Amino acid sequence: MPGKVDWLAHGLSVEGERTEAPIAGRAMRDDAARCRPTDRISDVWESIERSPYPFALVTSEDGTLLGRAPSSVLDPASDRPVWDVAEPGPKTFRPHVSAEKVAGILADLELRWAIITTPEGRFLGVAARADLERLR
Amino acid sequence: MTTPIGLEQLQELTHRGAQVVEVLGKDDYAPVHLPGAVNLPLRELDEQRAAVLDRGRPVVVYCWDSL
Repeated sequence: MPGKVDWLAHGLSVEGERTEAPIAGRAMRDDAARCRPTDRISDVWESIERSPYPFALVTSEDGTLLGRAPSSVLDPASDRPVWDVAEPGPKTFRPHVSAEKVAGILADLELRWAIITTPEGRFLGVAARADLERLR
Repeated sequence: MTTPIGLEQLQELTHRGAQVVEVLGKDDYAPVHLPGAVNLPLRELDEQRAAVLDRGRPVVVYCWDSL
């Protein structure tokens, strides 16, 4: 559903105290594979194969981020639920944080992508470190 | 009555004088918000605070992921 993040992602005009400082929300993309905790590992693995990222994000029905399922831990032939092997509670960022700050944290943690959520934990999108670095 | 809308409808409505309200907290609103938006955080919203709105004009309310 569109909201403030979509407005920012479309580069539309904004007002505020930090309009000159790019925020993480501007680098965010909504193209990550998503799944439910009960989805079969084999199905999740296939959806990751079609996505730009080597992981899927496990969300609840209302979009709350529950965990991350990296392809490296998924057996493409497994019928088990993905939650059996997913990593619960991945590190997340808020969309209003500066792109520079998020890029710096990702670099320190040797991560390539930031998972962006609302303060309530609703998944919004993924921002690549390379895109965040280009914004700053 | 509330109706979910998209970005194009939002732009149309604001051009026609709709009021835009961000219901996120001040920390989310202050750095960047939609042009002309006022901040009425949902957690603090009551009749008194909502009185800043003109009842005669449409109101578009938004948060991070919905309009």
